[in-house]
Amino acid sequence: MLYYIRRKLLHLIPITFAVTALSFFFIDLLPGDVADAIAGVGTDNAVVDEAVVQAIREDLGLDRPILNRYFSWLGGAFTGELGKSYQTGQSVSDAIGLRLPVTLQLLVMAQCMAVLFAVPAGILAAYRAGKATDKFVTTLAFAFLAAPSFIIAIILAFLFAVILNWFPATGYVPFSEDLIGNLRSFFLPALALALIEWPILSRVLRNDLIETLQEDFILLAKAKGLSYGYILLRHALRPSSFTLITIVGIQLGNLISGAVIVESIFALPGIGTLLVASIHAREILMVQGIIVIMAVAYVVINLVVDILYGALDPRIRQ
Amino acid sequence: MISISKQIMRGQSNSIWGNLNLAFWLPVVWMCVLLFSVVFADALPFRDPTESDFTALKARPGQEFWLGTDVLGRDIFSRIIHGAQISLAVGFCAPVFGMIIGLTLGMLAGYYRRRFESFVVGLMDIILAFPNIVLAMCILFFAGANMFNLIIVLSITSIPANTRIARASTLVFAGREFVLAARSQGASDLRIMRQEILPNIILPQLAYILSFMSIVIMIEGSLAFLGVGIPPPTPTLGSMIAQGFSDINTDPHITFLPALFLFLTVLSLNLIGDHLRKKFIVRQSAL
Repeated sequence: MLYYIRRKLLHLIPITFAVTALSFFFIDLLPGDVADAIAGVGTDNAVVDEAVVQAIREDLGLDRPILNRYFSWLGGAFTGELGKSYQTGQSVSDAIGLRLPVTLQLLVMAQCMAVLFAVPAGILAAYRAGKATDKFVTTLAFAFLAAPSFIIAIILAFLFAVILNWFPATGYVPFSEDLIGNLRSFFLPALALALIEWPILSRVLRNDLIETLQEDFILLAKAKGLSYGYILLRHALRPSSFTLITIVGIQLGNLISGAVIVESIFALPGIGTLLVASIHAREILMVQGIIVIMAVAYVVINLVVDILYGALDPRIRQ
Repeated sequence: MISISKQIMRGQSNSIWGNLNLAFWLPVVWMCVLLFSVVFADALPFRDPTESDFTALKARPGQEFWLGTDVLGRDIFSRIIHGAQISLAVGFCAPVFGMIIGLTLGMLAGYYRRRFESFVVGLMDIILAFPNIVLAMCILFFAGANMFNLIIVLSITSIPANTRIARASTLVFAGREFVLAARSQGASDLRIMRQEILPNIILPQLAYILSFMSIVIMIEGSLAFLGVGIPPPTPTLGSMIAQGFSDINTDPHITFLPALFLFLTVLSLNLIGDHLRKKFIVRQSAL
């Protein structure tokens, strides 16, 4: 197990380097002078004097060789120093730190809801494989797969907030102020994400369960006279859930993409809204900081999922 | 007896509808009609998508404006068709480029294994580490939002899955006897890949391309919705949906009609792709 974890950790190092390097070099895709662009030269509301541009140039060390710049930026990134906005003076890591809990809560709630929908749906479809119930669940999942997240979010907002008026369409209530209000403000965005996530999870679970149900030990359990419900939940579910766990990790990228959209629609002050706002305000260092945080988080969480997977299934470790 | 007569009756009704799989042909008809209107959009008698009629702001669907007008009095139907032009152009080009690159990388990785395979898998891990919409947003932001960059960005997002599929199917065929036979006859690696492996893996790969098209169209819609896609005044489905969203209380049709078009198009591509894939999987297992 230790060897397995060490191998996974070693794999992490080159990937992290590559991911951070890519996030760093995105800046060089900008046409023209980076310092000018960061200071906001050429935008409508720019009041930029040459001294500011010169200060940025020195701050970023744009005259130094590119690798040198990358490593000093990476060193800063590890100590939580990602630069600051030259328009408002706010530090990038402060801004991200302020928004991160909102996005995390959204992702966790969405993932839990998705699993809550997907597991019963997957079990039901596998148990009635080929029958009408299975076809209904599979068709429903298929329809949801074809719906982009922003359309689902808009329909939910229209249905629950405009017509039924059960949940607020926008507005965020902090956790510390009011727990119920907080959960209510997160309900619709999390539901929207869960609705795009569950079809994938339930399809994977269904296919694995159908395979497991053909195994000899299930036949033995049936021969012992155990009830179907007991067999499904106690004997079949656990060995069928390995792929589900990996998918939960792999789908995180999709979920973050979805969160960016859903946060914008429901006006949740998370990383996603910060990213969209920063892009519209042309806050280059902020955008760079957010990308690197998202990418590293994805890599690290998938490492954790891999290790969990190895812990659950000894065959993987070899 | 009863079951037989039932079967006969079913057989009779099958003679009319039996060979007609609605879940396949309806989407095909939808896509054909859409493609036709999109390709000949300028020749057909549609209104100008950017022309405002200030006497008919937010008009309901009716005779004069088939699907109504938006907040600036522009014809929604015509804007949907012109928006679909962009969706379909991007949705066609990006998956094709992504497939060409992914197929090449995946086949090389599956054939040569070892170092090159780990390199390719690592490269895909790196691309996957950036959530696709976030990656697309950032590249468009840094490199500029235009059609060319949009297609490049969306091609990149469809490379990893293509590579994985091509690699997996190459692994299956690279160990088969006919490959060994070709090699023992002195065929070069390039020849083996082109003549022996590629013909076997290209069909299953093509069966996935419609799913990739639907994903790319969804991402393009999301980008336009967030306001980072093709800039106005060019109409896109995503930007139309975003524009109508503020008036959703009073005029939901401005938002929901383009959304419905997008949904039906993506659903059609998925249904056609699923049908074709089932056919190819049968052929695969029969080998």
